[in-house]
Amino acid sequence: MALVGSAGPLVQWSWVSSNRGMILSLLWQHVQLTAIAVVIGLAISLPLGILAWRVRPLRRPLVGVTGALYVVPSVALLLLVAPITGFFSITTAEVALVSYTLLILIRNIIAGLDSVPADVLDAAQGMGYTPLEALRKVQLPLALPSILAGVRVATVTVVGLVNVTAFIGQGGLGQLIIQGFQSDFNTEIVVGLVLSVLLAAIADALIVGAERLSLPWARSRNAVSR
Amino acid sequence: MNFLSQAATFLTSSAHWSGSNGIPALLLSQVKLSVVAVVCATLAGVGLGCILGHTGRGSFAVLNAANAARAIPSFALIILLAIQPAIARLQESGFVAASIAMFALAVPPILTNTYIGIREVPPEIRSAALAMGMKPGQMLWKVELPLARPLILAGARTAAVEVVATATLAAYVGYPDLGTYIFTGLAVNSNVETFSGAFLVAIVALGVDSLMAWGGRALTPAGLRNAGAHKDTPALRYRALGRIPVVRAQGNPSKPA
Repeated sequence: MALVGSAGPLVQWSWVSSNRGMILSLLWQHVQLTAIAVVIGLAISLPLGILAWRVRPLRRPLVGVTGALYVVPSVALLLLVAPITGFFSITTAEVALVSYTLLILIRNIIAGLDSVPADVLDAAQGMGYTPLEALRKVQLPLALPSILAGVRVATVTVVGLVNVTAFIGQGGLGQLIIQGFQSDFNTEIVVGLVLSVLLAAIADALIVGAERLSLPWARSRNAVSR
Repeated sequence: MNFLSQAATFLTSSAHWSGSNGIPALLLSQVKLSVVAVVCATLAGVGLGCILGHTGRGSFAVLNAANAARAIPSFALIILLAIQPAIARLQESGFVAASIAMFALAVPPILTNTYIGIREVPPEIRSAALAMGMKPGQMLWKVELPLARPLILAGARTAAVEVVATATLAAYVGYPDLGTYIFTGLAVNSNVETFSGAFLVAIVALGVDSLMAWGGRALTPAGLRNAGAHKDTPALRYRALGRIPVVRAQGNPSKPA
């Protein structure tokens, strides 16, 4: 364990440039682990969220269970599912990461669908939309700002949590952080930390960009109301 | 099944219920670390949030900084602090590194919620307080803080849950707490010990969450407990999002299109 400190300068650039390949491949792994978790999380949350929105009594138990999952610390959750999905497997990492997206996404999906004004729904029915059509063409598009806000929070959260999965041999940039600790070397930790924060910021910005592109009406409404 | 019964044996064996490496001692040190971090963060966050919320100044910069701080992986921060020579040479280096990192982690939710809670006290209530002759300090203490309290407590709950989770990682840098079972188990390849540690940590985190929820309800002024009438104020919508703070929906979701 690193107890005698001579951890060097915060960043030793020569190390960074000579290890560029390793850093980039860990960064790429980080991106993949994050993307898989958010996509699977969304695929699970969307039907569950819609279901809980339609069937009100399901809301409390669903939010309760996902809320409990959210509270369990990441290291603990990883190792609680590990006996089932295998220690040191990518499945274990993803199960834990996906668990953390559920509460965020489901809550925002329900809040978004709830926020659709009743008269809009009346109009859709009046135009002869079946409930499913209204959901797909009216309610989900109107709920999109709230859903995407959830995706943003979920993505930023997962980018941070991926680091912790380094304890079970996954972890992307988290591996740099652990290696840096084991060899008492600042540069690796700082590089891991900074890249992880940058990745979160870039992912967040990308989702905001996607939101603007997919919601032209929201953009113009904001422009007017400001 | 065999695995679970081994874990149960681990958790119930008397060897793990006494001494410095027993569950009670480790739990106590985890609680000690968490309480120190949360109490300090509450003082700092509520203090700063009051100033910002009351004056409305500098809030943009501070809130954005608080938001950005959220993206910093606490795990990296703890480790980075732990290997700094100034900290590493201390006897309690793990405690110091972890408490600084956890403080940094716990301030943002409390600060943001305090600020929003105070900022969103309706202007007419503020005017009424002024008209009654309250001085700024009285208004803060008697009007703004009580009205902001549910939101502040929600922030403290978020902070406490995050802090207890992060306290687990302190074991990795040599501070003995319940995380010790996890990391010892990983180091010596004892899946049973790791799993048992994870189980204990999960129970503690869920316990802290419930405790804070209960405490939050108990400390909320009676008049605000059934806040149905205020359901439309942004502050309460914010609280309804509970533990998912800060990034607010870009388009305000409940604003009719």
